[in-house]
Amino acid sequence: MLNADAKLVANPFDEKLEKKSTRDGFGAGTVEAGEKNPNIVVLCADLSESTRAEWFQKKFPERFIEVGVAEQNMAALGSGFSAAGKIPYIASYACFSPGRNYEQIRTTIALNERHVIICGMHAGVSVGPDGATHQMLEDMGLMRALPHMTVLNPCDAEEARKAVVAAASLSGPVYIRFGRSNVPVFTTAETPFEVGKALVLWKSEKPKVALLATGSMSFNALSAARSLESDGIGTVVLHVPTVKPLDVDAVIATAKLAGKIVTIEEHQVAGGFGSAVAECLAKKYPVPIEFIGLQDEFGQSGDPDELIEHYGLHPSHIAEVARRMSSI
Amino acid sequence: MALTDKEILKLESHAEEIRETIIKMLVEAKSGHTAGPLDMSDIFAALYFHVLKHDPKNPEWEERDRLILSNGHIVPVRYAAMALSGYFPVEETLTLRKFGSRLQGHPERMRLPGLETTSGPLGSGLSQAAAIAYAFRMDKKPNRIYCAMSDGEHDAGNIWEAVLWAGKNKLHNLTGIMDRNNIQIDGMTEDIMPLEPVADKYRAFNWHVIEVDGHNIRQFIEACEEAKAIVEKPTIIIAHTIAGKGVPDIEYDYHWHGKPPTKEEAKKFLKEIRSMKGKVPHEYA
Repeated sequence: MLNADAKLVANPFDEKLEKKSTRDGFGAGTVEAGEKNPNIVVLCADLSESTRAEWFQKKFPERFIEVGVAEQNMAALGSGFSAAGKIPYIASYACFSPGRNYEQIRTTIALNERHVIICGMHAGVSVGPDGATHQMLEDMGLMRALPHMTVLNPCDAEEARKAVVAAASLSGPVYIRFGRSNVPVFTTAETPFEVGKALVLWKSEKPKVALLATGSMSFNALSAARSLESDGIGTVVLHVPTVKPLDVDAVIATAKLAGKIVTIEEHQVAGGFGSAVAECLAKKYPVPIEFIGLQDEFGQSGDPDELIEHYGLHPSHIAEVARRMSSI
Repeated sequence: MALTDKEILKLESHAEEIRETIIKMLVEAKSGHTAGPLDMSDIFAALYFHVLKHDPKNPEWEERDRLILSNGHIVPVRYAAMALSGYFPVEETLTLRKFGSRLQGHPERMRLPGLETTSGPLGSGLSQAAAIAYAFRMDKKPNRIYCAMSDGEHDAGNIWEAVLWAGKNKLHNLTGIMDRNNIQIDGMTEDIMPLEPVADKYRAFNWHVIEVDGHNIRQFIEACEEAKAIVEKPTIIIAHTIAGKGVPDIEYDYHWHGKPPTKEEAKKFLKEIRSMKGKVPHEYA
């Protein structure tokens, strides 16, 4: 059943639940952070509307910095703004930042320990019709491998807003991942959010398998848990918005509780969230794990819903995998 | 006010000390870059002993000018200038590239106060310098920002992204310094990837361009002064240098881009440096 402590919306399974993209949370979060702190600046690489950077631009035009189609420059500029006492958010599509400017992020931000908040939009296959070139699926792996980097992957627009605001108070480099398509807003202002903490969304009386999910996949995992429950299969759903540093205690506790794990992410299974969970459990509490995500392939054009289904990220496929895991 | 000949001579002797320190460091390190640090010695003497507003005893001083070193591989010249101007003991320069040293093979800001940035991978220093210039202008801070770059790193797209952006934003508090020594690792710059007419390129990107003899300290200082008077554009000082300047065996030879002298070579080189002017006793004499 739903974890009351998560303080989700009254009925997360209501089909009329409001849907927004997590990038809307970026827009709202930067405006909120900008109101609190005059040192916040937002940089954007010719994508101010689609990244929602224009929300900040409209409110604080003097603190919005347009860099044109130049993501390498944007990353190194971010480092410089941080050096001068600003708190820069740099926004573009994840396939360009951190996709194109990885070295600048590595040297001028991560190794250089600069508090730059790298905001990667349009992550995952749910970008839809733009196709594989614009569907970033390797960003969490790239960012997670960098020392000093915090990696956040919020589940809905509300949590994205909180993550964006929280990032301003961190130190050092931060990566935040956002999606393009509208997804249910199932958390509330009261839902706990703390960088480094995972959140139990669902817990059956006798969980046979745990669903560990990140980003918008946490909602799909929750939907899967509900259908599994009606089939008599108990689960626990752990939503993990901080991919790095991983909430090791919560991951181990969940593994102990259920004994089997399914990880779910809209990302390559190599190097991403599932890998982080596996690294943790292989060392501390080995249990059988199944990985849901992109299985070493790129995306393609299509409607977001079609693509989510095709690449096995739909709740029905999550439930199928969990059912199989629960019976081994 | 123009510098007196005596003041210029003093700066030239600092340049000589920097060159000697570089040779000693590189011999001890047994690896590293020789040509670039040597040819930038006059400019770094001018920067650390005259141009820059800075306090070696307080590297984080808010009022300091910022010197961003984009071509991090020439950092021995910066380490030498920092040590000789009082940031840390000169003996520490002999730890260059050694395990546990604050003097990493390529500069790391978090290890040694006063470095401003971490660099080495080419092409990203000007972006950082430009952002600092932009932010300081937002905050109405008067500090000046200098960015030393190699000519070879102008092959990199990131540099031109930054040149474009700084030009757009009319960053008059930003002065770029290009070490135009015409060499890069694989050969002469005009063979590897022609940059000329590089001054025209910068002008086309809305920069003010000053060309100087990179070994004429007076000219370089005057160029820095001229840059302060340009209020609507960033300035690039194209410093024409002789790769490896100060050591005839190294001069003009791109093979010296990325290798250190041996102990035997160093003896000769140090004599050559000292023969330029003055005599400074040391162990290789």
